[in-house]
Amino acid sequence: MDMEASKKKLGLKERYNHLTRGLGWETTYQPMEKVFPYTRYEGIKIHDWDKWEDPFRLTMDAYWKYQGEKEKKLYAIIDAFAQNNGHLGVSDARYINTLKLFIQGVSPLEYMAHRGFAHVGRQFDGVSARIACQMQSVDELRHAQTQMHTVSNYNKYYNGMHSWRHWHDRVWYLSVPKSFFDDAMSAGPFEFVVAISFAFEYVLTNLLFVPFMSGAAYNGDMATVTFGFSAQSDESRHMTLGLEIIKFILEQDPGNVPIVQRWLDKWFWRGYKVLTLVSMMMDYMLPKKVMSWKEAWEIYGEQNGGALFNDLARYGIRKPKGWEQASIEKDHLSHQAWSTFYNYGAAALFHTWTPTDGEKDWLSAKYPDTFDKLYRPRFEHWEQQAKEGKRFYNGTLPMLCTTCQIPMFFTEPTDPTKICYRESDYKGDKYHFCSDHCKDIFDYEPEKYVQSWLPVHQIYQGNCFNPGVDPTVPGFDPLRAVLDYYHTNFGRDNFDFEGSEDQKNFARWHGDDAGGA
Amino acid sequence: MATVAISTYVFEPKDKVENFRGKQLLYIGWEDHLMYCAPLAFPFPGAMPFKAILEQVLPGCYGAHPDFARVDWSTVEWFKSGTSWHPDYDKSIAENGLGHKDVIRFRTPGLNGINGTCS
Repeated sequence: MDMEASKKKLGLKERYNHLTRGLGWETTYQPMEKVFPYTRYEGIKIHDWDKWEDPFRLTMDAYWKYQGEKEKKLYAIIDAFAQNNGHLGVSDARYINTLKLFIQGVSPLEYMAHRGFAHVGRQFDGVSARIACQMQSVDELRHAQTQMHTVSNYNKYYNGMHSWRHWHDRVWYLSVPKSFFDDAMSAGPFEFVVAISFAFEYVLTNLLFVPFMSGAAYNGDMATVTFGFSAQSDESRHMTLGLEIIKFILEQDPGNVPIVQRWLDKWFWRGYKVLTLVSMMMDYMLPKKVMSWKEAWEIYGEQNGGALFNDLARYGIRKPKGWEQASIEKDHLSHQAWSTFYNYGAAALFHTWTPTDGEKDWLSAKYPDTFDKLYRPRFEHWEQQAKEGKRFYNGTLPMLCTTCQIPMFFTEPTDPTKICYRESDYKGDKYHFCSDHCKDIFDYEPEKYVQSWLPVHQIYQGNCFNPGVDPTVPGFDPLRAVLDYYHTNFGRDNFDFEGSEDQKNFARWHGDDAGGA
Repeated sequence: MATVAISTYVFEPKDKVENFRGKQLLYIGWEDHLMYCAPLAFPFPGAMPFKAILEQVLPGCYGAHPDFARVDWSTVEWFKSGTSWHPDYDKSIAENGLGHKDVIRFRTPGLNGINGTCS
């Protein structure tokens, strides 16, 4: 049979419709609910999947074209960075520690997001939702890769970046971002998209990417700025997409509203707790500061987030439960977090330090109600101790929150001098929490969180030593054994910035021996 | 159901006492001394005398604080899960009614951290 001459080329909208409608079908050999078994047990009701529209109506050819162009630009800049010794151009070697935190804590989450969206990209009944999730899955893989490639240039010259993938599954503070994502990955597909689209793409992207990338720009790190830009257009698409998904679910059935509200309560709090790391990065780790955590929270949290919840109010959605508490804590979060890493700087895979006099004054100006009163004396005491050769390290492992897995350093919302202790009993065992909201999350699904892999408890159970290590031999040093299990370059990855190899090398590369080389 | 799940969902807790090789967890916090950022976690045998915590364990943990040398254990106020509690220093951890993952705190009246700032 002769081929019929093809008609004129399809337009973008037609191609999008074919991709997201024409290629789907109702199954007949097996019922739909057996082909898509995960989309009913969470209680979400979807009556018409065709109502779901990708606001960007991206087709695959357009997608590859855009992404390809972004890749070309990024890799040209990364090449130029490597050829021009970009690692020397940063403000100060202390800055590199923010990159360590990023590659250790954030990039693995990009990879997990890739996996998670690949999973829901198979599981949703609606084709358009599946296509959007599949594209996002490819985006996230690209983000993980470009971050690795950008940071790999620094890894050639600085410590603390060599085994980040190994660390992600083992190191005590990295269990915070890891458990955040594992919690979402092990939920149903609707909770996953709400969790990640809202808490990761919306709350975290604003407060994580923007400070990180502006911090990079202020501190002379053009490679990181470039991967930030390269990812940023994807992130805006993800944020828009995320909101679309939430609105679609809310519009489909009034019974979905309380379920989504509970997820927003939970995931706001989970996301906010992960941001603890960002708060101290902004206030303590950037040698040249962009803005304080408090200011960032006011702009990106209170104002932008407030606008989002005003927008969702017409569906009957209110602000998440922890919203007010996050605003109360903005005066304390970064100081308490950095104090904690200073305490456990022997076991952290980046360097810690006390703020310089200029930095302390900056903190006083940004935190007039709290820094001088509560935190300056602590840092000055530590500074003095270090000068006397007695740099303070806390040698005993801390109590952790069962839900967010952060050491229990958060204070009572009503009293910043008292640690906030909360607990629940479940099947005869006690569980402890850092806040009312972490306790609420546990109390709703205790059977999930009794499985929390809490690093401190795992160490005490003997699960964090290399094979063959005998903890009963005399003189056994448990901290050292745990750091060996982490694959730490002991004495190079950890301890204070003062006297570190990073500090000495940076000074030497700049022809300055003041670093003590 | 204690977790939203597609089918029966029951798991062993990761931190049941049997996993701690004959020990039990005890958390200890020192009130008004936030230079130690969080309460500390310890694996102790239940038969260990409570006194050993005060004499052999805590000095190594908290000794770097300038207040610690001035702690008078006879006037210390104790709390268990936030409520007032009176341990018998001569009895063991178990005999004092402390179970796995119990949390106790102590307050040292008159000692309020560096420059009285609760640090």
